[in-house]
Amino acid sequence: MTAPLLDVRDLCVAYGRAEVVHNVSIKVTQGALVTVIGANGAGKTTLLNALMGLLNARGSITFRDKPVAAVSLEARVQQGLCLVPERRELFADMPVEDNLLLGGIRRSRAERNQTLEQVFAQFPRLKERRQQLAGTLSGGERQMLAMGRALMAHPRLLMLDEPSLGLAPRIVRDIFQILTELRASGVSILLVEQNARAALQVADYAYVMELGAITTEGSPSEIAQDSRLVESYLGLGGNDY
Amino acid sequence: MDTTIFLFLLQDGVINGAVYALVAIALVLVFAVTRVIFVPQGEFVAFAALTVAALENGVAPSTPWLLLALGILAAISDIVWHFRDLTWKRIVRIALLDLALPVALLLLTQALAPMKLGQLANILLAIALITPMGPMIYRIAFEPLAHSSVLVLLMAAFGVHFSLIGLGLVFFGPEGSGTTPLSSASFSLGDLVVTGQSVAVLVVTAVLLVLFALFFGRTLLGKALRACSSNRIGARLVGIPTSVAGQFSFAIAALLGAVSGILVGPLMTVFYDSGFLIGLKAFVAAIIGGLVSYPLTVIAALGVGFAEALFSFWASNFKEVLVFTLIIPVLAWRSIYAPYHEESE
Repeated sequence: MTAPLLDVRDLCVAYGRAEVVHNVSIKVTQGALVTVIGANGAGKTTLLNALMGLLNARGSITFRDKPVAAVSLEARVQQGLCLVPERRELFADMPVEDNLLLGGIRRSRAERNQTLEQVFAQFPRLKERRQQLAGTLSGGERQMLAMGRALMAHPRLLMLDEPSLGLAPRIVRDIFQILTELRASGVSILLVEQNARAALQVADYAYVMELGAITTEGSPSEIAQDSRLVESYLGLGGNDY
Repeated sequence: MDTTIFLFLLQDGVINGAVYALVAIALVLVFAVTRVIFVPQGEFVAFAALTVAALENGVAPSTPWLLLALGILAAISDIVWHFRDLTWKRIVRIALLDLALPVALLLLTQALAPMKLGQLANILLAIALITPMGPMIYRIAFEPLAHSSVLVLLMAAFGVHFSLIGLGLVFFGPEGSGTTPLSSASFSLGDLVVTGQSVAVLVVTAVLLVLFALFFGRTLLGKALRACSSNRIGARLVGIPTSVAGQFSFAIAALLGAVSGILVGPLMTVFYDSGFLIGLKAFVAAIIGGLVSYPLTVIAALGVGFAEALFSFWASNFKEVLVFTLIIPVLAWRSIYAPYHEESE
């Protein structure tokens, strides 16, 4: 078996003295869509921010066979680790196109322009709005822009923090459709979601995070059959997303 | 006041205002990219003017020594902070930019100064000597604090200001000097005598402002700097190196400061500490522009220059006080109408 793309072992993250992520170990294999689901406040965002290098963490993070725990955020981006944060963090006073181009700032001009066309093909809505300021986009468009901006960097692993947050069900469906397309095109994805039902439908493997620790892991179908988890996170008799 | 006096004051005000505009947009840029309220911006102005003055007298200025001192400090700071991840690339960069460049400029200055090569050579040499100081100061004082609060950065900025004033006294001495005008021509426009120097100040400022706008509006590098000010976390997430962005903004600030110094040199006697007052007046303009809007800052700077000219005519003893008083209504208005933002980091 080949080494996983991302191998996280015993990761602990603390804000000051308060540890909020305890000994988390997760793996993402090449080309897989892995999800971490859990309730609000379980430490999912903290985990992603630590993986990205926005927060300091203890433990080992191996990405593409190299330890990256001590590497700066910029260097992690260059190695192909990309985060689409929960708050999108767009450049609100700049047009859509500039937001995207800045996403590919570490690439050559030719490569950047080529990727821009690919992103526009993936998100036709962004092409229509290319001159519009990012701050004036709707919630769904902002999420698409945040994803497009991350894709401009040619990520090996795309990490998404609650891409469905605050979006209408129809838009959520579109976003998850795009995620499956991305996975099909070879991008590995680590998806953090509260919307467990939607996440389990697209994922290859799932982790459940509770109170800062991974409590269950397995294939999405196993998780979906766990009666305790179904009650806690999936709701009973709910429709799909 | 008759029309002639009014026009004279207007001219005077616009020229001073143009210089304040250059200093003020440097303040806005540095604040936007790094959140540093760069109190010592005026020092670049004074040091550039003093450098040109020395070169005009055929004397080698002390500026390269100051640059070398800053380079050594920046090199030490870099080595200390990056001791654990010191790469050959970094060592070569330190050797070239912090040590070799100042030494080369030192030798060049020593060789060229006695030759009195003329105004253009003096100006270019002064710009070359002052501009690298910006990124060096950033690396010495602000990069290690990059994630601190605005207040901490402001305190560091005051520390740098006092240090530079002290160094200015050591390197340039207490005497003031002026420089020869960029143009000694003059012509009359109705009742008003327009000097070539005024025209030069306006043209240079206008050209720089246009270049500035093109750089930030058209180039990816300029957009990357804007991105740092638009959303700091977003900029880091796309891999814009914040350190490089900070150094770049400080280099532009130092360049704008140097040009301002060259423009004010002929208008006043510049002392080692004259920069502070210029910086403070530019700061008034930058505050009126909300530390974000470049066009508003330029207009405000012209307004500050004109107000200063008017006040010096009506109540010259109080002109500085009155200029700084302008900030009070602006702050009062902003505190009422501008929403308060919790600092996000």
